[in-house]
Amino acid sequence: MSTQPENRDAGAWAQPVHRLTVSEGHINVSGRRPTAPMHGFGRMWQKTYRTSLAGTNLSPSEVITVWKEHFPEFWPAGNRFFAPLAGIAPGEVAALDLSMPGGLKLSTGVLVLYADEESFTLMTPEGHMFAGWITFSAFAEDGATWAQAQVLMRASDPLYELGMTFGGHRQEDAHWSHTLKALAEHLGASGEVSAETVCVDRKRQWSRVGNVWHNAGMRSALHMAGAPGRALKNAFRRHEV
Amino acid sequence: MNELTTQLEVRMPAPGVSVIEISGEVTRESDGALADAYQRASDEARTIILAFDKLEYMNSSGIGLLVTLLVRAQRSRQSILACGLTEHYRQIFELTRLDEVISIYETEDAALTAVA
Repeated sequence: MSTQPENRDAGAWAQPVHRLTVSEGHINVSGRRPTAPMHGFGRMWQKTYRTSLAGTNLSPSEVITVWKEHFPEFWPAGNRFFAPLAGIAPGEVAALDLSMPGGLKLSTGVLVLYADEESFTLMTPEGHMFAGWITFSAFAEDGATWAQAQVLMRASDPLYELGMTFGGHRQEDAHWSHTLKALAEHLGASGEVSAETVCVDRKRQWSRVGNVWHNAGMRSALHMAGAPGRALKNAFRRHEV
Repeated sequence: MNELTTQLEVRMPAPGVSVIEISGEVTRESDGALADAYQRASDEARTIILAFDKLEYMNSSGIGLLVTLLVRAQRSRQSILACGLTEHYRQIFELTRLDEVISIYETEDAALTAVA
């Protein structure tokens, strides 16, 4: 094996983790493995959303500092990001509640795969809508600072692939466009967002059909359906004590 | 932030096998250079070895580029191997689960022996 001095990126990466853990009260995260785009079922997409922060005079690192600190505040209403206590730092795990059509709440999470001064990346666990990661970055280009969100993903299983095809991609585009616009407006910029979508691989990975077992949407729905039963059971327990 | 630099050298040490030697940094800015190196390496190659001995810095955008390169190679029915990874970058391959889809060897010689 090569011997080299410690790399500059050493503190920015999470340590290898095989199973995620998150605080109690959140489902579909603890015990799940983080997934890369190779582990999904659907077509592979790279989606890039960016906005110019011209006129704000903020450096990329200043933008990322604000973005990390206020990350959940820029999300569309109805979606919740339970930030880890240590904030967005390498190796931290956050739980998410995402608003889905039909009033369903999809509970899942993300691992902070990478975080440095100018970018951070979230990696999804098994059961998430997609297998892959999202990189949030800021950079200087054409005399302005830009903020960008880039998703590299495959829908995790056939159900999600169907959902992504019939409205899921549009919902995701709206989610990240809203986020960038809110960030830009928070920083005093106009918030015009451009989006670019590239299909990296049109092939679906049928060997990953079994991912449906972990589907967080189905499990969240079952969990919601079981809520009255759990409440009743807890009431009986309290009565017995 | 320092000026970002990526140097990529393409060699063909054996028939059907190309090596892309990656030096410096692999980041968002490496996209064009990596795509160009892959194009040059692909001529008549069924196996492409990525040699990371001189890699100094890689961020998550850089790992993303490796994933897209892997997909291109799979579409062209080519194999991708990696060698020369430090313990640090081996851990990153493990973390991102790239080690499940790219065979990793200690040295270029070991990778060449494996494909011979």
